[in-house]
Amino acid sequence: MTHEKSTSGSDPIVRMDKVNKHFGSLHVLKDIDLSVSPGEVVVIIGASGSGKSTLIRCINGLEEFQQGYLEVDGSQLVPHGKASAALQKIRTEVGMVFQQFNLFPHLSVLDNVTLAPMKVRGWSREDAIETAERLLERVGISDQAAKHPGQLSGGQQQRVALARALAMEPRLMLFDEPTSALDPEMIGEVLDAMRELAKEGMTMLIVTHEMGFAREVADRVIFIHKGEITEEGPPEEVFDSPRNERTQSFLSRVLKH
Amino acid sequence: MDVTFQFDWQAAFASIPFLIKGIPYTLLISFGGLAIGFLIGILFGLLRISRLAWLKIPAVAYIEIFRGTPVLVQVLFIFYGLPQLLGGPINALVAGIAAIAVNSGAYISEIVRGGVQSIERGQREAGLSLGLSRRQTFRYIIWPQAFRRMIPSLGNQGIISIKDTSLFSVIGVGELVRQGQVYIATTFNALEVYLMVALLYLAITLTLSFVLRQLERRGLVGQ
Repeated sequence: MTHEKSTSGSDPIVRMDKVNKHFGSLHVLKDIDLSVSPGEVVVIIGASGSGKSTLIRCINGLEEFQQGYLEVDGSQLVPHGKASAALQKIRTEVGMVFQQFNLFPHLSVLDNVTLAPMKVRGWSREDAIETAERLLERVGISDQAAKHPGQLSGGQQQRVALARALAMEPRLMLFDEPTSALDPEMIGEVLDAMRELAKEGMTMLIVTHEMGFAREVADRVIFIHKGEITEEGPPEEVFDSPRNERTQSFLSRVLKH
Repeated sequence: MDVTFQFDWQAAFASIPFLIKGIPYTLLISFGGLAIGFLIGILFGLLRISRLAWLKIPAVAYIEIFRGTPVLVQVLFIFYGLPQLLGGPINALVAGIAAIAVNSGAYISEIVRGGVQSIERGQREAGLSLGLSRRQTFRYIIWPQAFRRMIPSLGNQGIISIKDTSLFSVIGVGELVRQGQVYIATTFNALEVYLMVALLYLAITLTLSFVLRQLERRGLVGQ
């Protein structure tokens, strides 16, 4: 993988310090320490229910946390997060791709991509369309711009969702199991688009079950077990010689087939 | 039974010009009331969803009260009861429109609530994650989809309210039923005239159904 490593010396774009989250009596995230540098691709793996999705959803405030320090792109998110200027700014600078795509079904593909740049960034319609067309071309769906999401395949929808997030020119991209809802034959096209993005130096935080992809693209792999980071390191290390026995048993289960 | 009665078609048709004079009132009360009811429904439907108790509780109270009492009692209360409070009479037409407004408003509140809550959580999350404010997310993403889903129920409520206006003959508004009663008082052709009244209601409601079906069909394109 020829990929620019993060430039040392620059401030981390995500800084989590002893972040804790509870759902009632359930302790979902336990003392999470995580730092992501600009340009870095970090892949989070772990069993379902381990808290990996919750972790990245805390970063753009879709989930609130109860204790700890969380800073994204220089803005601090406070525990028990209410709507705030900092949260608004973070969401503007952080893009997200969801497992279920979450495209807006009542809008055309083009309008899905142009909505936020026009309403949030205040771009003119012309500028927004120009950017949208460029991005749709890049993810290989420029010929579908006038269609509605329901007329596209799952793989195409997820690529539109990627273009929609990129249209805001984010500093960080979050991916929440982006291929888990896709038919097997469509997973490749979405991973390809993500691979391209990684090559261009986008900072990415990815929750996925695609271990081959993780090994290939990640600068760093994080393993989460029951809300705790139990292993962290370069992909070769985590996949080939995991130190933690939880990681070992998880990998032996997912890599078997 | 000795069936000597003959249905008098001529008398039936003869009543139509007189009955038709009631239609503008029926339509004015129905659609005037429904238009206000729709605004009430949006407001209280959204308050009903609020997590803040002091917004939610008044909305719940309004909905339960006006959904749980007969529209006939509501109009009698407004027309005969309220003047005692206000110290002056209320125009029967205004009372009718007000009754339909508060009554349909209660039902439409629930339709709005159901429509908005039926939109998947991911839609809101996608909007917020793009940096849209909560207000923008509602306006550009949630509401357009919710409204589309509400159309069939709104149509249903429209038809119910149109028929409810027939009760307002009791306060003397010259709507369809009232016109029929006045006509029958001089001709005694109850069978023929009430059949015509029924057919005129049917003509109105079928037209509304047709228009709504067209709207729905257009709304579904590209979903």
